Amino acid sequence: MSESAKPHHPSPQVKGEKTHASDFSYVGIDAILEQMRRKAMKQGFELNIMVVGQSGLGKSTLMNTLFKSKVSRKSVQPNPEERIPKTIEIKSISHDIEEKGVRMKLTVIDTPGFGDHINNENCWQPIMKFINDQYEAYLQEEININRKKRIPDSRVHCCIYFIPPTGHCLRPLDVEFMRRLSKVVNIVPVIAKADTLTLEERDFFKQTIREELRANGIDVYPQKEFDEDADDRMINDKIREMIPFAVVGSDQEYQVNGKRILGRKTKWGTIEVENIGHCEFAYLRDLLIRTHMQNIKDITGSIHYETYRVRRLNESNAHFKSQPSDQPAVQPKANGQPEVKPSAPQANGVAAKHEVMSHEM
Amino acid sequence: MDAIMLQEKLVERLLCPRVRTARQKEKQYVGFATLPNQVHRKSVKKGFDFTLMVAGESGMGKSTLVNSLFLTDLYKERKLLNAEERINQTVEIIKHTVDIEEKGVKLKLTIVDTPGFGDAVNNNECWKPITDYIDQQFEQYFRDESGLNRKNIQDNRVHCCLYFIPPFGHGLRPVDVEFMKALHEKVNIIPLIAKADCLTPNEIKKLKDRIREEIDKFGIKVYQFPECDSDEDEEFKQLDKELKECTPFAVIGSNTVVEARGQRVRGRLYPWGIVEVENQSHCDFVKLRNMLIRSHMHDLKDVTCDVHYENYRAQCIQEMTSKLAQDNRMESPIPILPLSTPDVETEKLIKLKDEELKRMQEMLNKMQQQMHDKEQ
Repeated sequence: MSESAKPHHPSPQVKGEKTHASDFSYVGIDAILEQMRRKAMKQGFELNIMVVGQSGLGKSTLMNTLFKSKVSRKSVQPNPEERIPKTIEIKSISHDIEEKGVRMKLTVIDTPGFGDHINNENCWQPIMKFINDQYEAYLQEEININRKKRIPDSRVHCCIYFIPPTGHCLRPLDVEFMRRLSKVVNIVPVIAKADTLTLEERDFFKQTIREELRANGIDVYPQKEFDEDADDRMINDKIREMIPFAVVGSDQEYQVNGKRILGRKTKWGTIEVENIGHCEFAYLRDLLIRTHMQNIKDITGSIHYETYRVRRLNESNAHFKSQPSDQPAVQPKANGQPEVKPSAPQANGVAAKHEVMSHEM
Repeated sequence: MDAIMLQEKLVERLLCPRVRTARQKEKQYVGFATLPNQVHRKSVKKGFDFTLMVAGESGMGKSTLVNSLFLTDLYKERKLLNAEERINQTVEIIKHTVDIEEKGVKLKLTIVDTPGFGDAVNNNECWKPITDYIDQQFEQYFRDESGLNRKNIQDNRVHCCLYFIPPFGHGLRPVDVEFMKALHEKVNIIPLIAKADCLTPNEIKKLKDRIREEIDKFGIKVYQFPECDSDEDEEFKQLDKELKECTPFAVIGSNTVVEARGQRVRGRLYPWGIVEVENQSHCDFVKLRNMLIRSHMHDLKDVTCDVHYENYRAQCIQEMTSKLAQDNRMESPIPILPLSTPDVETEKLIKLKDEELKRMQEMLNKMQQQMHDKEQ
């Protein structure tokens, strides 16, 4: 009988909540949100952001401004040298930050030397290799027999690309880089040091950039094809109309109209970083942190990483079939770079050896 | 004749009012103190010319600055390339010429633009077209000077090169250093910090110090302001000193006029304030303009003629004499630039003709000798 099938249990009497005692159809499924929240708070989150751009475009300052603390490489080094390294280096710094009980392990990956030399050909190669190496490390952990409960996620979730504010159009270097990397990682282009552009120049520049991205088939975050439903599409369309965000970063505070705000003080006025009328930093922060952070991580995990995984497993299967089983497979990657010794998963369950990437802490 | 009569008239006019009073004293006055006036009058009639080169990455505000400096619009017909077109672009040299007149003085201004510099992914030797162009102009002048008709030599030599350093970096970048080292012995380089409105006053100071340090470190010889004469007044000396300490100039340019403090000025309108191009506390534009146009234009031309061109000429002559010595030809007293490097055919022809001439000379000598013998 339907009467007796209904479970009789008192609904959770939380203070301030609507009592469901009179509602016979309440099951309590929505309590899972609370459980998830508690679990997430205990576990904490991880976020890996890579910043790419020529030296002097304000990358470290922007990172510090975004997270309101000194998270960039330059703030950690005791005497930051400002020389340009001969080859592009990849330096990552991790910090644990906490806000209202929520813990986050933030890793900022810096790429000094990008675009600074006279000959910048193939300067994107070390960066692509690094990103693919992170995917490889995750893959190796995943296919391990005795794998960890929570695989440490060192994959690059988001790559912020800094465009110099020339006001005309993208440079060939920008196009080359974004074209290659938009396929492996979420790219968020921003116009750096935007306080050098007037509002009309800024609009014109943004429009030109959007057109050029379209013309070159470069899909930056949020990608059109990954919109899940109409709601998503609406929100993301609005964002797509605004990218690239014109940002200004600052870690100095000034007094304006009785309030203390982050800004830059010049002889002709003070630029307020969080004022939407001045620059679009607030939009970038909202996108990266307040609204789309989980989405960025999802897309990295479920799309970029999956693409990599499928490709790798296909390669190693093909190689595995054409070679005797006890030889470790050395795979050339699809993009022509020689792979460095990961072995194919073997049929009898022997654990494949894996590379562990260590970050400079 | 005219000039002499004019001179005499001037001298008379100068002497006349004093004729009755202190003629004794004025007997020592010859009158050549009027020479500067004569030079002035002649040059005003002839007009001046000035060639300015602007170099730097695209988007540094070069054209805007040139328009602001000379209050003209030289780039009306310009079409900017998009990123795809730029991938295969090489550095070009484009000249714009404009005739400006102010208070009766005519100036023929030539701006040499270098689009494509520093824009490609691989910028190896991207300054080569520029050094080639400058050398070409020197060569042209050298030929004209050694030519037969020297009355109307056209001076296309580059008198000054404004180099735009991006304000985004922490000092000079490798491409800046290489460019300036390739050009500092050929042309007067004036480095500028472009788009200075994105820097706070502290940042500007730090960047200027850094750039000055690096210029010293790499041994780059930028244009130095000449020392003032010791008899100039203190105010002038003070201004000069300030000017020298301000280099490299941090400049802002603007094509638009905005309303600021009740006046219409050239400037840029931002939501947080208005930048005035001609306000000395906002940027060094006024200092640059004064230095470039109002006080040192002639000095720039002089240094180009006396130093850079002479270097080129000495080098050229040295090469030629060493080449001539190699070829075992007679050294001509005046080194004349060969009209063109002769190819093999013409070389042969010249040699044949030489030999023919020699034979004819010998025959003549023989005939003369015979006649001489006959006479005896």
